[in-house]
Amino acid sequence: MPASIPQYVTEAITGPLPDPPGVKLKKEGLTVNHPVVFVPGIVTGGLELWEGHHCAEGLFRKRLWGGSFGELYKRPLCWAEHMSLDNETGLDPPGIRVRPVSGLVAADYFAAGYFVWAVLIANLAQIGYEEKTMYMASYDWRLSFQNTEVRDQTLSRIKSNIELMVATNGGKKVVVIPHSMGVLYFLHFMKWVEAPTPMGGGGGSDWCAKHIKAIMNIGGPFLGVPKSVSGLFSIEARDIAVARAFAPGFLEKDVLGLQTFQHLMRMTRTWDSTMSMIPKGGDTIWGGLDWSPEGGGPGDFNCSAKKLKNNSTRNTGQNSNRNLADMKSANYGRIISFGKDVAEVHSSRIERVDFKDVVKGDKLANSSSCDIWIEYNEMHNDAIKAVADYKIYTAGSILDLLHFVAPNLMARGGAHFSYGIADNLDDPKYGHYKYWSNPLETKLPNAPDMEIYSMYGVGIPTERAYVYKLTTQHDCYIPFQIDTSADGGSEDSCLKGGVFSADGDETVPVLSAGFMCAKGWRGKTKFNPSGIRTYIREYNHAPPANLLEGRGTQSGAHVDIMGNFALIEDILRVAAGANGNDLGGDHVYSDIFKWSERIDLKL
Amino acid sequence: MPASFPQYVTEAITGPLPDPPGVKLQKEGLKAKHPVVFVPGIVTGGLELWEGRKCAEGLFRKRLWGGTFGEVYKRPLCWLEHMSLDNETGLDPCGIRVRPVSGLVAADYFAPGYFVWAVLIANLARIGYEEKTMYMAAYDWRLSFQNTEVRDQTLSRIKSNIELMVATNGGKKAVVLPHSMGVPYFLHFMKWVEAPAPMGGGGGPDWCSKYIKAVVNIGGPFLGVPKAIAGLFSSEAKDIAVARAIAPGFLDNDIFKLQTLQHLMRMSRTWDSTMSMIPRGGDTIWGGLDWSPEEGHSCGNNREKKNDTQVSDEAAESAVSQARSANYGRIISFGKDVAEAPASDIERIDFRGAIKGNNAANTTCRDAWTEYHDMGLGGIKAVAEYKAYTTDSVVDLLHYVAPKMMARGTAHFSYGIADNLDDPKYKHYKYWSNPLETTLPIAPEMEIFSLYGVGLPTERAYIYKLSPAAECYIPFQIDTSSNDEDTCLKDGVYSVDGDETVPVLSAGYMCAKGWRGKTRFNPSGIRTYVREYKHSPPANLLEGRGTLSGAHVDIMGNFALIEDVLRIAAGASGEELGGDYVYSDIFKWSERIKLKL
Repeated sequence: MPASIPQYVTEAITGPLPDPPGVKLKKEGLTVNHPVVFVPGIVTGGLELWEGHHCAEGLFRKRLWGGSFGELYKRPLCWAEHMSLDNETGLDPPGIRVRPVSGLVAADYFAAGYFVWAVLIANLAQIGYEEKTMYMASYDWRLSFQNTEVRDQTLSRIKSNIELMVATNGGKKVVVIPHSMGVLYFLHFMKWVEAPTPMGGGGGSDWCAKHIKAIMNIGGPFLGVPKSVSGLFSIEARDIAVARAFAPGFLEKDVLGLQTFQHLMRMTRTWDSTMSMIPKGGDTIWGGLDWSPEGGGPGDFNCSAKKLKNNSTRNTGQNSNRNLADMKSANYGRIISFGKDVAEVHSSRIERVDFKDVVKGDKLANSSSCDIWIEYNEMHNDAIKAVADYKIYTAGSILDLLHFVAPNLMARGGAHFSYGIADNLDDPKYGHYKYWSNPLETKLPNAPDMEIYSMYGVGIPTERAYVYKLTTQHDCYIPFQIDTSADGGSEDSCLKGGVFSADGDETVPVLSAGFMCAKGWRGKTKFNPSGIRTYIREYNHAPPANLLEGRGTQSGAHVDIMGNFALIEDILRVAAGANGNDLGGDHVYSDIFKWSERIDLKL
Repeated sequence: MPASFPQYVTEAITGPLPDPPGVKLQKEGLKAKHPVVFVPGIVTGGLELWEGRKCAEGLFRKRLWGGTFGEVYKRPLCWLEHMSLDNETGLDPCGIRVRPVSGLVAADYFAPGYFVWAVLIANLARIGYEEKTMYMAAYDWRLSFQNTEVRDQTLSRIKSNIELMVATNGGKKAVVLPHSMGVPYFLHFMKWVEAPAPMGGGGGPDWCSKYIKAVVNIGGPFLGVPKAIAGLFSSEAKDIAVARAIAPGFLDNDIFKLQTLQHLMRMSRTWDSTMSMIPRGGDTIWGGLDWSPEEGHSCGNNREKKNDTQVSDEAAESAVSQARSANYGRIISFGKDVAEAPASDIERIDFRGAIKGNNAANTTCRDAWTEYHDMGLGGIKAVAEYKAYTTDSVVDLLHYVAPKMMARGTAHFSYGIADNLDDPKYKHYKYWSNPLETTLPIAPEMEIFSLYGVGLPTERAYIYKLSPAAECYIPFQIDTSSNDEDTCLKDGVYSVDGDETVPVLSAGYMCAKGWRGKTRFNPSGIRTYVREYKHSPPANLLEGRGTLSGAHVDIMGNFALIEDVLRIAAGASGEELGGDYVYSDIFKWSERIKLKL
């Protein structure tokens, strides 16, 4: 409901609104119990200027990111310069300090009127929460996770604040609520806090068990998102790197102009955190040339973007949405295919030429006119052709591809993140922090009383694989682009504008959000040695019933889900003391359990 | 300099401005070193709504205090209701939760364009400070100090944050910067943190010595302010309670129409913290019927602009000291004649035994209740007939006219002088904010600074009269017809040197004498320094609130003060700053106070 319209006007049109969850649960007698910790995702946290170059005069302690984004439009190049990090270190460039905003205001609203955490905060307040029982674990989301500790001591800060909240609330453990990339950040935190100093926080091996009641992950890209591949590979116009992906509606190409656009690409490439989202687990998780967990057969996701309005009689999402059995199934395992034909034929009929040994050489064209540095400008034409000749890239070979086309970027990323699957989790190498945010290369803490929830939206087509083509050549160009002419034909096809989509919340596919809690951590597994209980809570997307509803109270979209009444109710109940069984255990609309079964991972 | 003028406009008119201290010191090579903690004063910290009644709909997490004060104008009665605390407990009224804003934004600006900490923060940032090395210890300044812990665990929060900052900055100790009421609040904190749980924070007897490098007090009312008495006694219009006193320019009369004073009085009387500002130390500190530490002070109201050649005040002031001087010891006198007469000529009738009786007038004043309505005419008359009140008897007076409020207050604050600091009774928290009833922590490496403005007339004593009877009236008021230039008497108020709110005596005495060297109040001999900043008004309109101001809040933008603070934060000791720097007669006045040390 847009705040600008008084309630009585809304009610006159729509009939009386249901009580917001906080009001409803307060009447049921729920009150504040466990302190809560919010861990915001990428892009949604505000950043402000503490030290800048001459062009940023007058912006001291003003928001560069979040709020009105006024400076982006007023002085775009200055803005991009200050939002960028150092290309070698991934830390501050000389003379520039941009820092995360702290407190609840850091991420309650992303921009004026565009809520992120505000609705949840307001509902928690209804049952008695206030600042002493709510903590926003804001961090600089541009940095690699470990660097937030190196530069700002953010992980130490979170540890200290959680300890304080537990101590000042009679020993009641915290409920942690990470959203989006915050999910990975908090996985990293849990390993860091128990690891010995100096690499870790020295909290000891029972820190999580002592301080955390539950982790309620919202829209968590546990295993990465395919979107980040297209973001890093080609920065498509409709989706400026990862930034744009996670906060739609900002950074439009048309207001910025082409040059600015390339500046933005350079900017986002200095953000190490974007590399935390590259798909993890390779072909084992995401599928190979001829199979994928979600692929093939009846009962698969119907990609029609037209959703039914939600009526008072909720239709069982299980069937009505997903019964077009005879649709041609997508080869989701092929995350990048060069050409629609390649994407569709059987793998035995594709001729691939390996690209890895091709010498990149110097670029032939004189690149003096390119004032914008991107690694593509250092790539030889033969190398570009070699990339295309490999034709198909699965999640495993995507990594090789990114290493080939952006070696500097991936070298930096490889120091902080890892994308594999551990054979032997007791190998001492896994003591290194670069593995801590990958659930397939770490063990959960030893905390048998803790609970882990995965809460996410379903029912929205979500990018899963791409059809690419070579770009026509010109100066300072990005040589690859999504072939937007590739379309599946029928309205229900999962291929639209060169993108294959699968079920998800528009950003994170169900597979990535659900697999760990549905299977990888379910029961006692090698990734979950103490048998922490896990729960899947899905929320079927329904668009707002009318314009007055704003972003809706039943949305399943990646950010808008933060205003979903059912999700808020689940969180309030757990914060007030309920456990996963009290909530009713799993609540699932998608085929996550079926898909998880198809993944052959030693547990 | 108002931010609205671009720098080149300002420079065109005034010539190039001097570098701000942060820029200057950065060029000298100063760098962020010790983490700093800001402790805001009364009134300057923002408060926001977390739960309210029907009338406050739509104000969730909006500022009720600070910012634009929009709601005061839009729904004044609702605002009053939500800003008031429970009259019995001094805590939240049923169904209302108003909470302090947290973070640097809590008190960087009090209202748009009205800076408090913002200038200092900006200068610290120049030498490398940022949020991880700066912490605003925001608290609900309406509550008694101990209640900030009871309700919000604020003291625990401050302890934890200081420990965190020291740990994450390589063990470098914190520099604490309390301002105004933040000064007694931080005194309370230092006792609390070392006291054993559950009354204290259980940090152990060496906590302060381990975590604090220096306490740099700004405009500290260590021994209270006489203004607090006028505020509590009569809520004078020109100075609505303590609130108005410390942040001028807000809460104008006309908002609440006729009953403004009563409404505001009722609200501010629910704020226990205001009672932390009642003068401490009684007649020993503030003077008796016929003496005071400051006697002989001449009041040069029209201070000359500051020139390159500093006028030697010592000489200028001693020249006029032979003139008649105010009897500052008589904090309240009923009538100018009483204020001026020799003590032996005043006939006083003790009020303490007088029966208050029931109010003769019909008390239909429900919506503007003050305790005065429980006071009969007999009681009112008895108060006036005592004629002259010194600090000791003022406390009795407040007990007499506002027994409920003072009962609440004395559970949290004390105003005496300890004979024997080892008496176990002083372990109670109500003594912790009174420097005369506590010992400083054992922290011989620590330093305590007192930084304050001088050169502004500051309220010190009052001439009162009975108000003409009316319904719902406040029976006493300052006799604004009383004036006398020779004795610094203006509109019924005797003033003395200070920063417009805190007299020099209160801000300076402890660091000048009470704690100087090893004394019983300072058993480990923590070094103390007095740094005064002489007020000079802005040179022109473009300068805004000035870079040389000595006024209670504006001093936070004083370049010399900021430079001192930056140097200390970057590692300098008091000796390196040059030790004491004094314009006033604080050392002379301190000598006159006969206090066993």
